[in-house]
Formats: sequence, structure tokens, C-alpha cells
Amino acid sequence: MEYIAHILHIAIFAILVNNFILAKFLGLCPYLGVSKKLDSAFGMGMAVIFVMTLASAITYVLNSLVLVPFELQYLQTIAFILTIASIVQAVEIVLQKLTPELYGQLGIFLPLLTTNCAVLGVALLNLEPQNNGQLFDFFESTLSGFFNGIGYALVLLLMAGIRERLDRSDVPDSMKGMPIALVVAGCMALAFIGFSGMRF
Amino acid sequence: MKIVSEIIRGVMNENPILILGLGLCPVLAVTTSVENALGMGLATTFVILCSNLLVSLVKSFIPDKIRIPCYIVIIATFTTIINLEMAAFLPDLHRKLGIFIPLITVNCMILGRAESFASKNNMFNSLIDAVGMGIGFTLSLALVASVREILGAGQWYGFNVLPSAFRNEPIIAAVMAPGAFLTLGFILAALNIYKSKYKKEG
Repeated sequence: MEYIAHILHIAIFAILVNNFILAKFLGLCPYLGVSKKLDSAFGMGMAVIFVMTLASAITYVLNSLVLVPFELQYLQTIAFILTIASIVQAVEIVLQKLTPELYGQLGIFLPLLTTNCAVLGVALLNLEPQNNGQLFDFFESTLSGFFNGIGYALVLLLMAGIRERLDRSDVPDSMKGMPIALVVAGCMALAFIGFSGMRF
Repeated sequence: MKIVSEIIRGVMNENPILILGLGLCPVLAVTTSVENALGMGLATTFVILCSNLLVSLVKSFIPDKIRIPCYIVIIATFTTIINLEMAAFLPDLHRKLGIFIPLITVNCMILGRAESFASKNNMFNSLIDAVGMGIGFTLSLALVASVREILGAGQWYGFNVLPSAFRNEPIIAAVMAPGAFLTLGFILAALNIYKSKYKKEG
């Protein structure tokens, strides 16, 4: 029971309290770029969940079995970004074979997942001491990648829903496009601050 | 003369953040104070200078198909260098910027310049381009940070600029997450107004 509560704690923290987009500002380029339509936002969200989970698991193993025993922690950034680039390439090939339509929609944004700071960010943050001062083990780190991906996809979908409606509303000329998207994101961040008061 | 106009192009017409909208994560994350913004801007400038230079030097050796991974490794190398340097010489700033120093690796502005400029131009032009982009990036960061620090703390670069009545109860939201989005949104909107007026007159 204790363990389930612990996992739930990780989940709520990752999805709502420390949301990657709205509280930590990670992965903003696709957030503002792909969130114009609901279905492409959905595809992107799924891709992010998948890649973040895989990346968290693989980079954790890489770090604890290779980098730490050989005292190569200073190579973390380079090793992780290469791992992530390979994972993204693999996902791209699979997606191209299985669902060509989805692949066509995501277009340029799938290769950009390599340079999505949310993916490298989750890999690096998993290795730092967490809120309770302890380090994640392999299972927790994978879960953290998964839940952070869900938080990312959730905010991406919410934003896409809002922007589809914004298209039909009367926005002042100077606010069209990027500025109104940022102001909407600001309002969402304000709403998500409400979650930071949660205590367990 | 051409050098000056190239640098101005990076700062004004093709400003990476305010016009092209590249590399937004650090813009919103580290701009809680002008000091952080300048530190981040200079670190990013160092990385873009070195990577643009190296990419333009080795561009003819790199096979076309694996160029992106090569660029990423080059950028990651220089990011690691600046990360270790800052940890050694500026530990306070390094702690404040935290994860966003290693994340310079995935700043789309740097990869974008390597791909669209440095891989097609010679060493000198790439260097000039990097100087312009770096200054443009740093100034935009400083602009966003100035607005946020003045509204959120009543200070600018640590100096008090607003009366103590304001400083005791500042607009805290400005230095929190929502303030970042709202500030950048309104700066971009103001820029749009300026641009449309400029067009009408010109």
C-alpha cells in the first residue's frame, strides 16, 4: 500500500504540480508549434510519452552501468543526447511503417524530438535528488519519464483545444499567432500553480 | 561595413527569439533576474560561436546523411566545456541556472544556425553570424528579464529601482511561471504593433 501511494505521489507531482511545460519550461518549441490542431497534438503527445519513457529507462541503465563505474559522469550530456537521437530515429522508422498518415502529420516535428529539451531534461532530472532528498531507482525513473510524458501530452492537448477555438474568435491583429498563444499559456500556468499547494 | 550590418541583422531583423521564435525554453525559464539572463545568454553565445566555427570548418568532411548527429555532438561537446567551466569558476550562477546549462545542447537556435548557415558559409561569415545571433539572444533574454525583475522584485540587476512600498509587496506572479509566458506574449504583441505602424509609414 505504501508503495502504491509512493507511485501515486510521483504521478501527481509529475503531471500536475511540476508539469514540464507550465512549471519547468521544458519542450516549449513543439508546445507552441504543434498545438494548432487537436489530432496532430494527440500524435505528438503519444510520441513524447513513448520517447520519454524509453529515454528515461535507457539513460538510467547507461548512467548506472557505464558512466558511474568508469567515472565518466562528465560525458552525461553527450552520451544522453546520442542515446535519445537513436531512440527517436527508431521511433520514426516504426511510425513510418505502421501509420503513414500520422507520420505525414507530425512531419518535421518528430526529428525535432531529438532537440526537444523535455526528453533530455527528464533524463537529466531523473538522476538528481528528488523532493524527498532521495535518488530514483530504475523503476521509479522509468515511471517518472512516463508520467512526465503524460503531463506533457495533457497540456499539449488542452492547448490545442483552446487554440482551435481561438481560430474562430476575434483576436486583435497585434495579438494574433504567437502572442495570444503565450498569453493563453500564461493563464494555464496560473491555473496550474493552484496544484502546487497540494500536500500529502 | 558588411560585418556591422550582418551583426545588426542577427540582433534586429532576424532576432532568434523575438522574430524567429527559436530556443524559447531558456528565455522563459532563466529570466527571473537580469543576472541569470546575462549568464545564460553569454554561455549560449560561447556555445554558438564555437559550434558555428567548428561546423563551418569540418562541413566538407561530414557525410550529408549523418550531419545532424554530428552537429549535435559538436554542440554537446562545447556545452560540456562551458558546463564544467561554470561549475568551477561561477558556482553560484551555475547552481541557479541548474539543468538549463546542459540543456543548451538542445537549444534549437544553435542547431538551426549550424544547419542553415554554418554548413553553407565559410569560417569568417559563420563567426560573424554567431556573434550577431549570440548578441540578439542575450539582449532578448535581458529584455524579458528586465520586465520580470522590475515587476516581480522592484529591482534591476540587484539594484532597487522602485520605491520600497512596491518592493515589499511586488507582483510575485511576474517572477513565477505565468509571468514568463505573459511577459513574452505582450513583448511580441508590442513588437507587432510597432512593425505594422512602421510598415504604414514606410
